[in-house]
Amino acid sequence: MNIRNNIALSDSGFLFDPSTGDSFSVNPIGMEIIRMIKGGKTDPEIRQYLLSTYQTDEATIEKDYYDFLKMVEQFHLIEKTDGKEKD
Amino acid sequence: MKRLQYERPLIQRVNTGILNKFGTRTEFTPFTHIDDVSVKDLLQQYGSPLFVISEKGIREKYHEAVRAFTNRYPKVQFAWSYKTNYINAVCNIFHQEGSWAEVVSGFEYNKALQNGVPGEKIIFNGPDKTDEDIRSAIANKSPLHIDHLDELYRITELAEEAGVKPEVAIRINMDTGIYPMWDRFGFNYENGQAWDAINKIILANKLELVGLHCHIGTFMLSPSAYAVAAGKMADLALGIRNKFKKNIKYLDMGGGFASRNTLKGSYLQGADTSPSFDQFAEAICTALLNAGFLQDELPLLILETGRALVDEAGYLLGSVISNKRLADGRRATILDFGVNVLFTAFWYDHKISPAQEFSHYTEDSVLYGPLCMNIDVVRENCTLPPLRKGDHVVVHTVGAYNMTQWMQFISLRPAVVLIDKDRNAHLIRNRETLNSIEVEEVMPSYLKDFKL
Ligand SMILES: Cc1ncc(COP(=O)(O)O)c(C=O)c1O
Repeated sequence: MNIRNNIALSDSGFLFDPSTGDSFSVNPIGMEIIRMIKGGKTDPEIRQYLLSTYQTDEATIEKDYYDFLKMVEQFHLIEKTDGKEKD
Repeated sequence: MKRLQYERPLIQRVNTGILNKFGTRTEFTPFTHIDDVSVKDLLQQYGSPLFVISEKGIREKYHEAVRAFTNRYPKVQFAWSYKTNYINAVCNIFHQEGSWAEVVSGFEYNKALQNGVPGEKIIFNGPDKTDEDIRSAIANKSPLHIDHLDELYRITELAEEAGVKPEVAIRINMDTGIYPMWDRFGFNYENGQAWDAINKIILANKLELVGLHCHIGTFMLSPSAYAVAAGKMADLALGIRNKFKKNIKYLDMGGGFASRNTLKGSYLQGADTSPSFDQFAEAICTALLNAGFLQDELPLLILETGRALVDEAGYLLGSVISNKRLADGRRATILDFGVNVLFTAFWYDHKISPAQEFSHYTEDSVLYGPLCMNIDVVRENCTLPPLRKGDHVVVHTVGAYNMTQWMQFISLRPAVVLIDKDRNAHLIRNRETLNSIEVEEVMPSYLKDFKL
């Protein structure tokens, strides 16, 4: 999966979806995740990065990370590549 | 490498164009101290959840209310409405300030007596006074406010039995232009019931009619309704003077002033819409002063203000149990208190603040209590920073009706702490224990044992 190509990211923490006109506010850690997804990082890589960068634990990361992805998906910001998702 | 402070990743759609109902809220400003006492320390010492009452908050509000009325009218007396908050320490703050007591049951009446309020300064309202209550009120010379004719007859009988002529008032209900009209208590003004009761009392000459009472509703947002009510009360008092050459000693205008809470479904914040004491006082006092009483005949004005005096002085502190995502994508936060403890969540969108620092990112969330029931919703929609398990929250403006209407259901009721003017915390009600509940239970001996 990847973030849709036409989604614009701003440095100040906003996403803009030109196909709907919706904007989204994202906190800094959320923005990091979006950028990593866009940069082609895999799920385990991203989670490992978060774990080594932030004061938290694996269970929390796992729960919050997938919750965040679910929201990104629900806002239709994701495109699924050829039906097969990278996992 | 030093790891960074963690915050849950958040994404939230920005609603531009339409006015966001929750847009002006400042709920996400952390609220870390109550009267300079740390919320965190309070929770650590007394456990979570916890009610906290600011004594300073109560006294300042009370002074504001008294000032609003005494600046406009020469004879004013407040009577603390026990049902609003009858924790004894709270009642005694009001009594220290000069408030009488207003009670609506034998239980509340005895509470006021035990707190040391002189009998003649306990106003006994309500439709359900037992013979024992009436006898006790007569013996203690407490003004009995009569709610219905059956009570009028019963009080008359018991007064004869005691060989005295007790002081009474009657409760009046009336149309003040407010819907719904509270017509189930007392005698109606418009249809003549009130005059019927007045005639019966004065002509029978067994009871001394000293006052007229009304309580036109609760959480009233309209001072003009009080102007109408005061006008009608004055009209009755003047009618009694003209007809019977008898001066009514007091007019009791009841309670009902709105506090600064936000009613559910209201688009405007209570803090912005609730009238001030000055506005209510202006409406009532002007109506009384213009009614036609001679200067030295002006009746004492009694006020039974409840929620507007104590609501803002009360806080409920609690903790986050868990975060969830609902099937429809909304976030849900589960707190360690529900509608059992915060009964007023049924009426209000309570303001809720986090009790620790956060970034400025927020998300909308449903706030649930811990009860195993669907109705246990603390807030249907609330904008808060990403709370973690164990984080603390502060619910504002909970001093009225929660510490009396809370339910012992599933869990035990929390402790209540009072912060005095010198910022000392005093435990004024212990957290309930299993024993507090079971002390009233009785086990038949044949049910004592079982084998599993
Ligand atoms: C007779 C009477 N007086 C006073 C009050 C206090 O009302 P409030 O808290 O709305 O001021 C009530 C509350 O229902 C009441 O019934």
